[in-house]
Amino acid sequence: MREITFASAFAEAVHEEMDRDPTIFVLGTDIRIRGGHFGQLKDIGQTFGPKRVVDSPISEAAMVGLSLGAAMTGLRPICDLNFEDFYLGAMDEVVNQIAKVRYKFNGQFKCPLVIRASSGAARATGPQHSQMLEAWFAHVPGLIVVAPSTAEDAKGMLKTALRGEDPVIFSFHKMLGNMKGPVPDGDYTTPFGQANIVKPGTDVTIAAYSIMVPKSLQAARELEKEGISAEVVDLRTIVPLDVNTVAESVKKTKRLVIAHEAYKFGGMGAEIAAQIGEAVFDYLDAPIVRVGSKHAAIPVSPVLQEQITPGKAEVVAAVQSVMEGVVRV
Amino acid sequence: MSKANYYLQTPRKHEVTSFDRELVLGFLKEMVRIREFESRAEEQTLAGNVVGGIHLAIGHEAVAVGVMQALRREDYVTGPHRGHHLVLAKGSDMKNVMAELLGKATGISGGRGGSMHMADAETGLLGVNGIVGASIVIATGAAFSAKYLGQDRVAVAFFGDGGSNKGQFHESLNMASILDLPAIYVCENNEFAVETAVSYSTGVDNIAERGSSYRMPGIIVDGLDVLDVYVAAKEARQRAVQDSRPTLIEAKTYRFKGHSIGDKEDYRTKEEVQERMKSDPIFKLKHRLEEAGWLSEQQWNELKSEVDREVETAVQFALNSPLPSAATALHHVYAKEMF
Ligand SMILES: Cc1ncc(C[n+]2csc(CCOP(=O)(O)OP(=O)(O)O)c2C)c(N)n1
Ligand SMILES: [Mg+2]
Repeated sequence: MREITFASAFAEAVHEEMDRDPTIFVLGTDIRIRGGHFGQLKDIGQTFGPKRVVDSPISEAAMVGLSLGAAMTGLRPICDLNFEDFYLGAMDEVVNQIAKVRYKFNGQFKCPLVIRASSGAARATGPQHSQMLEAWFAHVPGLIVVAPSTAEDAKGMLKTALRGEDPVIFSFHKMLGNMKGPVPDGDYTTPFGQANIVKPGTDVTIAAYSIMVPKSLQAARELEKEGISAEVVDLRTIVPLDVNTVAESVKKTKRLVIAHEAYKFGGMGAEIAAQIGEAVFDYLDAPIVRVGSKHAAIPVSPVLQEQITPGKAEVVAAVQSVMEGVVRV
Repeated sequence: MSKANYYLQTPRKHEVTSFDRELVLGFLKEMVRIREFESRAEEQTLAGNVVGGIHLAIGHEAVAVGVMQALRREDYVTGPHRGHHLVLAKGSDMKNVMAELLGKATGISGGRGGSMHMADAETGLLGVNGIVGASIVIATGAAFSAKYLGQDRVAVAFFGDGGSNKGQFHESLNMASILDLPAIYVCENNEFAVETAVSYSTGVDNIAERGSSYRMPGIIVDGLDVLDVYVAAKEARQRAVQDSRPTLIEAKTYRFKGHSIGDKEDYRTKEEVQERMKSDPIFKLKHRLEEAGWLSEQQWNELKSEVDREVETAVQFALNSPLPSAATALHHVYAKEMF
């Protein structure tokens, strides 16, 4: 299979879907020529022109609000908010409007739109350009929240989003953008709400999503050398959340580590741990351990950043602690 | 009409006889429908039958009717928390509107929305809204949609004077201007946001002047004069469909009732309200029609009793409608049930 980057796979999906469906348009800042801050949609402006690739002023509330009004009236917007941190200027539109429009109006309107933003920490991205807000969005009924980790899923999940009828928050981790992976030729979609076992194992389950999937795979390889066989589950979608796949894995391994880059405190890990506790408590041989960022803003200095955001080492340590039955938090 | 940049238009007086008689009689009836509906909604609230709070639009009738009568059914409308008049004037069935206030299954939002969350896909009403400022961005998107799809259609956002101080107002007007959207922004300036006077909260003398920042006409209309509102809205609609340019209309009106039911209204005197009620938009129009010899006492009585019957039917319908089935509480969260 051909190998392309996560970013190219995402862009391919945008191209193919825009070709297929004339109601899809892109609204974003610096999008038409540069293709967005990271060039993530380079060439689509050239291909589809200013009617369908619309440069926006820096007006996040109006961008998201416009997308909602357009989605209610027959279009399918892809709203590119650039950095995930910039959602905060449009949180009313996301939480009070988009998420509730179908429900509060008793199903009279649907809201088929995608909001893409670059999430997570990269080198020195600092306090206001590094956040991962998926737990905030997951807490709001009405939103679909996806955080793929592979090029194949980036393409397949964007296609699913653009063919669905619900609003989708697409978390695109900055450090995944340049990662290459196999992507099938031709048209395919990746379903929402189906976790994927990316590495089978027998001793411990690591449930992760987004950037923590490749980091967990690195950790699993290292653990292999110690004779620990880790099963890595890529959750892929946060809402809907496929806890079943994790539970089935835990029945086999009896141990669970949950890894995400977002803050550990109040993060998705807490929800997953609680659901696993409810579903398969009797199978667990050790407490569930969560890996996530420590509770501080993301500092610019790489020395400090490394203290806050988790990596391979934190996953390895977490697995070792559940294997020993001694939990170090 | 030519492509217009910013200019400030002050209220204009139009002779009632320069319009079609049936049209103006229709305006009158629509305004009376809203007034009677609101009076009964207040009564039903005080009787404990309404679920949730409501904001009466008594005093705002001419704005809703003047604008909606200038629109086509396919045009889109959004509105704020004070919106019964908008829902009715856009054409929703009064029975379902009253039922929504009572939280019934037959309400236009199935009882999920109540007063502040009514929408009607049949009439192009993309919703009134519990969040101040939200109506403005959503209509901007509907205007984008109409232009994108090449439709002969406009989108109108209603909002209050308070709403014009939200970022959404400024972001939207700028967006509509640079993207040449067929949008009409209608500010219902009733001089207060709850208790806060517009003269205190707002850094311009006329909200319409804010059009100057966004290269669009700022049209001040007498919001208590349905004819002035109607003409301005017709012109704005034409500007929207012919030139694909937005318009900001500021309708100067007055809220004759409290912000919501139970408001003690300590921020204004009873005398002030009494004085302002002399400009009641319904009685002003009625008087002008009588002067023109276009409305006899008998016709007025007929109109009134027709409206009374319609409103009474709506109240009875609402009272006798079933409650929503509890089993539907989780419906419509997503396209398919997920939780
Ligand atoms: C974002 C937001 N802030 C505050 C409120 C509470 N609130 C509801 S109505 C209102 C006053 C709005 O005034 P205005 O826009 O002038 O409309 P009016 O009530 O006068 O019709 C306020 C503060 C709200 N609903 N939404
Ligand atoms: Mg007001």
